[in-house]
Amino acid sequence: MADASLGLWTVPLAVFGGAIRVSTPFLFVSLGECITERSGRINLGLEGTLVMGAMSAYGISYLSGSPWLGVLAAGMTGALFGALHAGICSLPRVNDIAVGIALMLLGTGLAFFLGKPLIEPTAARLPAIDFGWWSDIPQLRAALRINVLFLIGVAIAPLLYWAFRTTRWGLLIRTAGESADAARAMGHSVLLIRLRATMIGGFLAGIGGSFLSLFYPGSWNEGLSSGQGITAVALVIFARWDPMLCLWASLAFGGAAALGPALQSVGITSGYHLFNAAPYILTLAIMIITCSPKRTLTGAPAELSITR
Amino acid sequence: MDFGRISRRHLLQGSAALALGSTLGTRGAAAAETTVGFIYVGSRDDYGYNQAHAQGAAAVKKLPGIKVVEEEKVPETDAVEKTIESMVNLDGATLLFPTSFGYYNPHVVKMAGKFPKLHFEHCGGLWSDKDPKNAGSYFGYIDEAQYISGIVAGYSTKSGKLGFVAAKPIPQVLRNINAFTLGARLANPKATTQVIFTGDWSMPVKEAEATNSLIDQGVDVLTCHVDGPKTMVENAARRGAMVCGYHVNQSPLAPKAYLTGAEWNWEALYPKFVKMIVAGEPIPNFYRGGLKEEIVKVSPYGEMVSAEARKHADDVKAKFMSGEYTIFKGPIADNKGKTVIAGGTDRGQQDPELEKMDYLVEGVIGATA
Repeated sequence: MADASLGLWTVPLAVFGGAIRVSTPFLFVSLGECITERSGRINLGLEGTLVMGAMSAYGISYLSGSPWLGVLAAGMTGALFGALHAGICSLPRVNDIAVGIALMLLGTGLAFFLGKPLIEPTAARLPAIDFGWWSDIPQLRAALRINVLFLIGVAIAPLLYWAFRTTRWGLLIRTAGESADAARAMGHSVLLIRLRATMIGGFLAGIGGSFLSLFYPGSWNEGLSSGQGITAVALVIFARWDPMLCLWASLAFGGAAALGPALQSVGITSGYHLFNAAPYILTLAIMIITCSPKRTLTGAPAELSITR
Repeated sequence: MDFGRISRRHLLQGSAALALGSTLGTRGAAAAETTVGFIYVGSRDDYGYNQAHAQGAAAVKKLPGIKVVEEEKVPETDAVEKTIESMVNLDGATLLFPTSFGYYNPHVVKMAGKFPKLHFEHCGGLWSDKDPKNAGSYFGYIDEAQYISGIVAGYSTKSGKLGFVAAKPIPQVLRNINAFTLGARLANPKATTQVIFTGDWSMPVKEAEATNSLIDQGVDVLTCHVDGPKTMVENAARRGAMVCGYHVNQSPLAPKAYLTGAEWNWEALYPKFVKMIVAGEPIPNFYRGGLKEEIVKVSPYGEMVSAEARKHADDVKAKFMSGEYTIFKGPIADNKGKTVIAGGTDRGQQDPELEKMDYLVEGVIGATA
């Protein structure tokens, strides 16, 4: 059974499997950033938060033996970074983009520094749920070994969509993002709303990082993120601040990451650099097509420093 | 865990105290120490390229009268010149090992010109006649060890499909892929090696995806040439495939899946170099070798390696040790059917033609561009 080859069918299968395996960090970071940006602030530091999350999850999992404790630690670290971002940004005349870049560098640098002794040891990993038990095809079974975090991420997307539209909490975040004055007139503290939104955003991004180090690729090293956090922040704009679109965009980026290696494995070997660049070319193309100098992006929160 | 390792700052303080101590006459003349500096491009615990060098440095540390200073994550830019200058001026290093390929030109060449009394030993094999005489560049023919790995892989595969996760299609990498495949086909003439290029030296997500894609294609033995093989080894083992390691011994990561591997043997070479320099003997500027010269080695075989595979691999290894074996022996055709080494031509390890390798041999599935 081991040598059963699926030939060209492995490409769609790999893209499908890749969409599930690779997309989770994108999903968590973009959903987190979606909440933050809807409240009227951009946190570019999520790349740093993602890497810090990956490092702290690996460290705590290694020291305690419990990967779930690691996930929690990653979330807490992320929330702390979110609070730091929101705290600095609540000072007058502070640019949230500049603070974000500073925190991105701080997060990655700190993670590399603290994570140095963690490169060698092997930490306990998160378990996978076997959804492929019904199939005889080993490739399909492998693709269907799904981590709970992915399912949680997939569940958060519609929940967030619903919450933004119909809950009081969602309305408050949107109000803070669309018109800070309106939120103030209603008697709410805009800074407090944004603090909470940025902390939740950081919490989710940290959990996204824990997936990288504790599930897939599943170990801590310094090249682990290779820019996935910053890509996910861009995904939010790409997805028009809509949690459901964030979900689809994350899946598409995950699948695209699997495309290059999968095509090479079936013998389509020319131009693999081009296939590896596919997600970025796609992003650029969509951004160019949908942007117009005459109006702001549809769905963009009015209070965002990039649209204001 | 290595919280306890001495930082450069501590070393600095230590050596300052030592210098002070010797001027005060509390230490005798016997305390004269040689300081050796090691510079790494990445982290020295990466289970890969840099760890192999750091193991060599650790062996040097054990020599009496030798002090070692190390700096890691030094990029292949002006930064390496600054590191060299600080090692020379502040730590008093007289022998330096800049261990990354891209350090050499122009950085090491420039520094060797600036400090003509010091010795520079660069890893990469790039020295030419025009370069300063106090600079040297050494390298190992690790394709010999890959060839042995290939033999073991050829016996161990059930599907006849081997996988190779590679960074970039440069001659060094292609030589490893080709040697691995030629070795495997010695054991199993029908074996093929599927190669996937990830595009860069450290791309963990791409490496994991490549590993999964290869296994989906029916590959059951994998090896790699990337900076940190940890991702490939762990992910392949999780999918139940077998692996051959690279750079250092990765068997602690996957004891049940690890067949063997191609390792650097810097812990043998570096102490030898240091002893030669201390004794005042010249080291050839251009220093190369393989298994015989103890620059590379093969990991101990894993439990599931069959007796037949062990015997064949050991036989070939013995021939390498006595220097009577050639890997690239014509006729060899590339995977497009073109003859790249004509029948009757032996391309020995020192052959400069091999440094220009731009083809994949018959049996490799993949393309160089």
